[in-house]
Amino acid sequence: MTEPQEKPGRFPFTRGIYPTMYRERLWTMRQYAGFGTAAETNRRYQYLLAHGQTGLSMAFDLPTQIGYDSDDPLARGEVGRVGVAISSLADMERVFKGIPLDQVSTSMTINATAPILLALYLVVANQQGVPWSKLNGTVQNDILKEYSARGTYIFPPTPSLRLVADIVEFCAKEVPGWNTISVGGYHMREAGCTAAQEIAFTLADGIAYVQTCIERGLAVDSFAPRIAFFFNCHSNFFEEVAKFRAARRLWAHILREKFGAKNERSMVLRFHTQTAGSTLTAQQPDNNIVRTTLEALAAVLGGTQSLHTNGKDEGSVIPTEESALLALRTQQIIAHESGVTTEPDPLGGSYHVESLTDRLEQQARDQLHKIDNLGGMLKAIESGYVRREIYRAASKHQQAVEAGEKIIVGVNEYVSDQPLKAKSQPVDPRLEPRRRRELAALRKKRNAGKVKQCLATLEKAANSSENLMPVLVDCVKSHVTLGEICRVLRTVFGEHRPSHSV
Amino acid sequence: MKSKRPLKVLIAKAGLDGHERGALVVAMGLREAGLEVVYTGIRNTPEQIVASAIQENVDAIGLSSLSGGHMAQFQRVIEVLIQEKVKGVLVFAGGIIPDEDVKRLRKLGIKAVFGPGSSIASILAFLRKNLK
Repeated sequence: MTEPQEKPGRFPFTRGIYPTMYRERLWTMRQYAGFGTAAETNRRYQYLLAHGQTGLSMAFDLPTQIGYDSDDPLARGEVGRVGVAISSLADMERVFKGIPLDQVSTSMTINATAPILLALYLVVANQQGVPWSKLNGTVQNDILKEYSARGTYIFPPTPSLRLVADIVEFCAKEVPGWNTISVGGYHMREAGCTAAQEIAFTLADGIAYVQTCIERGLAVDSFAPRIAFFFNCHSNFFEEVAKFRAARRLWAHILREKFGAKNERSMVLRFHTQTAGSTLTAQQPDNNIVRTTLEALAAVLGGTQSLHTNGKDEGSVIPTEESALLALRTQQIIAHESGVTTEPDPLGGSYHVESLTDRLEQQARDQLHKIDNLGGMLKAIESGYVRREIYRAASKHQQAVEAGEKIIVGVNEYVSDQPLKAKSQPVDPRLEPRRRRELAALRKKRNAGKVKQCLATLEKAANSSENLMPVLVDCVKSHVTLGEICRVLRTVFGEHRPSHSV
Repeated sequence: MKSKRPLKVLIAKAGLDGHERGALVVAMGLREAGLEVVYTGIRNTPEQIVASAIQENVDAIGLSSLSGGHMAQFQRVIEVLIQEKVKGVLVFAGGIIPDEDVKRLRKLGIKAVFGPGSSIASILAFLRKNLK
């Protein structure tokens, strides 16, 4: 059972990271969004800023995430589809045109190419005359979960971890207001793992990052407060509330006992939550509003710092304006009408929730122990263990649904004839040819000698152990493209080739 | 001739999308049902998918997509199959694919498209029926 002395805002923070939680300050309502072109993204940002929003969220298309320019043959059909396409400094300038970077915070959902996107952002700040010390924002920079789920990796795990640490080390000195890693369990949960596995795999990734940075010679309290987390909120209500509580308790102990953190801010697990896209059904889509409401409530009762609520159509498409607004309203109703914000950790002390918290903590500890025995998370990922565990759980879930042991309303029970309806979202067919023309013009216009020199310097730096961030800043400043940088890094680091065994 | 051995199916993800839960769950489910399944992982080009299908001599190819690249990618798979003169291989698809695209994919020769919520049992029934 829980230690009776556990208090909100006190170690090990099971009951929340602040003493009063939402009574003083609500969670941040942060809805993720992505748009095709730099100009469209800029227009959207200008609109949001004019309506009082200060936090920008940046989604990138797959080529940008995997290190290909928009004109690369491998980018065909994917340009601007799930987010904005960024290949060069010109694109980044266009996104933030007229947006003073010292007055916004920008959250970039980017991993393998995070150092390049961060470098681009820093150069735009330079151009605006904004000192880096005044910048606020986040890069996801959580490459390890990409090997386990979602798959936007480029390089093998070891050089990838080096890039993660390059960002952490560089920002600790140069961009102190930047959140350098957002360790995500969301994607692994979406891929099918259980609540206990979500805690364990996420914290195991977090442990690997902390270890890497300590090996780099950084003091734990100098960077750990800048690490945040990103969790899923799934359908099993009390289990999810307990999951957040267990994760907080476990992380606080790990930071204090395993890594010797002294600063409580290093031990505190701050996290963003998104409701579970995988629980949304294409059948009877209005039911998804109810699912999302319950999941959002669990995230709030679990003490989240920020929240994205899914639109009812978000499982199938980029949400319509109407469903995105309803999703935001769902949060606002929980925040302002339900009355659940008056007490921190209102379920604390409930026998059910406390024992679930203890049980999940124990299961996660057991899983972490197993990972230790495999030689740590890097080894567990490389051997395919984590992926296998996730997809085994996913397969079990599917079997339970097909056997009718698990009921999904509208899918295997209470089925109605209501046909599925998903509208396609055509990306402007002129976009890819236009991007090709733009990049061809850029390659012609820029100083070719300078580009060659930058790439040679990059190759040399990548082969050494020096921090790549300053080199990348120089590269993008000279209009070297993201794809060109990644091509060099691919030759030096190699590419990750997973085993496909199921 | 093919009916002696278990049905052999290639499950593949085309394009850059890395969401593979659907593909893997289908692959695992079909294997459990006794089919021989080849899963080629994420980020295959259409050319690689067809090459694997030829090399593995499969009866069917199942293509999976979540992030919207299905039209360009699946169309290309069909083109390469024709180009390589591959005959008698059943092609089906699954994932997040809008209704109007389903119609277009059917016209291209993709026999069935399984949307979210589809059961392994229904995919199995489809394969057994169409591969006799």
